[in-house]
Amino acid sequence: MSHADTHSHDYDHDHKPKGFVKRWLMTTNHKDIGTLYLIFSLAMFIFGGALAMIIRLELFQPGLQFVQPDFFNQLTTMHALIMVFGAVMPAFVGFANWMIPIMIGAPDMALPRMNNWSFWILPFAFTMLASTFLMDGGAPAAGWTLYPPLVLQGGHNLAFAVFAIHMLGISSIMGAINVIATIMNMRAPNMGYLKMPLFVWTWLITAFLLIAVMPVFAGAVTMLLTDHYFGTSFFDAAGGGDPVLFQHIFWFFGHPEVYIMILPSFGIISEIIPTFARKPLFGYVSMVYATAGIAFLSFIVWAHHMFSVGMPLGGELFFMYATFLISIPTGVKVFNWVSTMWKGAMTFETPMLFAIAFIILFTIGGFSGLMLAIAPADFQYHDTYFVVAHFHYVLVTGAVFAIVGGVYYWIPKWTGNMYSERLGKIHFWWSTISVNVLFFPQHFLGLAGMPRRIPDYSTQFAEFNMWSSIGGFAFGLAQIFFCIIVWRTIKGKGTTKATSRVWEGAKGLEWFIPSPAPHHTFQDGAPVNDGHLAHVSSH
Amino acid sequence: MNKQKSYSSSSLKKLLWVALGVLVSGSAFAKSSLNMTQGVTEFSKIAYDLHMIVLWICVVIGVLVFGAMIYSMFAHRKSKGVTAAQFSHSTTAEIIWTVIPIVILIIIAFPSTTALIKMEAPTDADGKSITMDMTIKVTGFQWKWKYDYLDEGISFLSTLKSDSNIARQIGSGINPTTVENYLLDVDHPLVIPVDTNIRILLTANDVIHSWWVPEFGWKRDAIPGFVNEAWTNVKKVGTYRGQCAELCGKDHGFMPIVVNVVSKADYANWVKSQKGEQEVAEVKNNTQWSKAELMSKGEEVYNSQCATCHQATGKGMPPAFPALDGSAVVNGPLDEQIKTVVFGRAGTAMTAFGSILSESDIAAAITYTRNAWGNTAKDAAQPKDVKKIKNS
Ligand code: HEC
Ligand SMILES: [Cu+2]
Repeated sequence: MSHADTHSHDYDHDHKPKGFVKRWLMTTNHKDIGTLYLIFSLAMFIFGGALAMIIRLELFQPGLQFVQPDFFNQLTTMHALIMVFGAVMPAFVGFANWMIPIMIGAPDMALPRMNNWSFWILPFAFTMLASTFLMDGGAPAAGWTLYPPLVLQGGHNLAFAVFAIHMLGISSIMGAINVIATIMNMRAPNMGYLKMPLFVWTWLITAFLLIAVMPVFAGAVTMLLTDHYFGTSFFDAAGGGDPVLFQHIFWFFGHPEVYIMILPSFGIISEIIPTFARKPLFGYVSMVYATAGIAFLSFIVWAHHMFSVGMPLGGELFFMYATFLISIPTGVKVFNWVSTMWKGAMTFETPMLFAIAFIILFTIGGFSGLMLAIAPADFQYHDTYFVVAHFHYVLVTGAVFAIVGGVYYWIPKWTGNMYSERLGKIHFWWSTISVNVLFFPQHFLGLAGMPRRIPDYSTQFAEFNMWSSIGGFAFGLAQIFFCIIVWRTIKGKGTTKATSRVWEGAKGLEWFIPSPAPHHTFQDGAPVNDGHLAHVSSH
Repeated sequence: MNKQKSYSSSSLKKLLWVALGVLVSGSAFAKSSLNMTQGVTEFSKIAYDLHMIVLWICVVIGVLVFGAMIYSMFAHRKSKGVTAAQFSHSTTAEIIWTVIPIVILIIIAFPSTTALIKMEAPTDADGKSITMDMTIKVTGFQWKWKYDYLDEGISFLSTLKSDSNIARQIGSGINPTTVENYLLDVDHPLVIPVDTNIRILLTANDVIHSWWVPEFGWKRDAIPGFVNEAWTNVKKVGTYRGQCAELCGKDHGFMPIVVNVVSKADYANWVKSQKGEQEVAEVKNNTQWSKAELMSKGEEVYNSQCATCHQATGKGMPPAFPALDGSAVVNGPLDEQIKTVVFGRAGTAMTAFGSILSESDIAAAITYTRNAWGNTAKDAAQPKDVKKIKNS
């Protein structure tokens, strides 16, 4: 299978469909669909971010200045739903679409038409969800966790939110099936499972998580729907139900969901670090096992989100111990990344900077996670800003930083243009400093006793909230700057042409095709020899 | 929350700031606390100690791991002309950094487990389960708390104090810093005796709330249709403030908790005075009131109990909260409105006030709504009308 010389010839035929409708609406090309996902994600990131800006504006000082409490609750609820389901998850699906076929030497995703459908459901789902802002009574306001009975007081926005969740659940499940089918069936010859890049591995495991838990979430929200409209009492004590049942079902979905948002980040970081350390990934096999271990454990820790509901002692102990266990495989990952850097020959281009910030800041989020796992202390931390700080460290400086780092890492391959390294570095420092000013003080707020999800607060919390808001505005602006950098790179403004290898230390099949990646790649098989691969070293 | 003073001097605060390298002027934090409170109960101390142990463990791990990483970033950079080593695993190293965390976790697990057992299955020094001296039932409402002293038969509502409530409105023109204990003060605080084992039963009337006083060291959800149990024994006389911790709708941020912990003697006196007030209330329930009296009392009750939803203007916030100004119910037959207020509307935020307000207060509020704004019912409700419907 080594037709090295005929390959470059193949790539010349670009066959891009002409016209917007044919090229984008009807596309079955994994690269175009990947691009659509990424653009959609960026749009949702800006929308969800705008909501966060209003939240931080209201919290800038004590007293209510701009929004009524009910609207404030709509903002926090929609900010979370949009960021989780609209920004972070679709971004990773975008990466999966673009990179998985190339990384395993497949010509496309296994199920290209379904791939088109998975994407095109999303804009409709989110239009439906966002339209609730315009409805009488406004958008859902019970928090993204949608706890009954509160969520049932919301009126008809519930039906819209539930159907939107059903649609994006269908989208996610189809996307996951596609990823699994592609990875299991379409690897190039010689691309054994343990030769796959770690990004592919993490996505394979994530896809199983998605298939396992999205239906559970769909079930939970459907029960809300029937409680609201059809007189059932799943969650109503007066009818023999139990509101806490919802929390159990929700978090049975919700905890794996947070790993759905973080495992692909681990994958991206595991690609970036070896490239810029010019050294093979340390402990590849243990990375794979650690990922699988985290995925398994994510199913048995859900009630650590609910220590305050009044569980039996045995339950509290079980969920506390199980949560402790997660820190072991997570620790393995962090140690492996550091060991990969150790004795490398590092350079610090923008992707590497984001990856390093990810390791440090995600680990800080992991530390606060360990603290939250301690049930007797969680009786204090729970539902305070300490929790808000924790999950923004793992999701913003974790997942979002990995996404941004991944964009810088692969955008030369996608567009054929090298982004401006100078602007990228400015973006990095601007984001990293501001994001810490934004979220670090929230630890103190929580410890000092500020509950989460409140539109106004007692005056002793004023200083840190002001810091946090200032950091928030700066971080928000930095992301507008990011959009400009991406735009300039796509348009080739102030950029240089990217080589096919792009990064000196890069390994993996994606670096053996030209930049920009041609519309069709590996149509008659990929030549895989171990020397191409980042993670197969000669032990 | 109100213990900031004892922390402002703590060396921990300085250490934290130095360690984190955050540069801020000292004055900015004069009023803020940075760390979890040690509180005034055994549990709050336990939570604090665990918090500190794990915090320091994390700091040490962080310093080691990030230290190694930062060292590597300086020593192993290409610009220094190094060539990259090509090793890619070391079984020994991997075993070591799996085993060490396991050991650390086991070390943390011991105190955490003992603490949990102590909280959930309280026992004394001899291992006998301890007895509770009194029981208070806490009920969460949108957006207030109700306290029932089950042994004494005392019961009252506790809502955000009106000066905070006025200041918090958009465009109030009042600077929150001029309001004492802004958002953390109530009209009727919970009063409990010091050094007493108090069982606290928690439930809710409408949605889930969570009762939290940081100084006591725990929060526990108040869930409609279920009764949760917790307990406390406060060691120090004082006033302790907290808030509802579970999102419960629009005024979730405005249902504070204030607990006055008093000496046992003061507590006995307080109980006596409460019983006296109850007798007065009983007399009020059995009196025929003039319309003017009902109107003035009614305005007061309406503004403290009804206006969060139906608004002081009676215009409500449709569709969530209907207007009472011009409402068919309010302008219709008196008995129908009394029923609505006494029994509430199941499945909506309209509370069954029959069990939480006195008959005279309900009569007054209803009279007020029927004659305020543009409403023209003209009639008045007497406590006995309310009693009749309550008992029907
Ligand atoms: C927590 C919010 C809340 C509070 C506090 C509240 N209400 Fe209501 N009230 C409602 C809601 C919601 C409805 C509509 C119920 C429905 O959909 O049937 C309602 C309905 C009513 C109605 C019937 C109006 C109509 O036109 O159908 C009356 C009368 C009323 N309330 C009186 C009062 C009085 C008097 C008080 C104070 C003692 C009060 N409410 C306090 C939420 C509240
Ligand atoms: Cu509440």
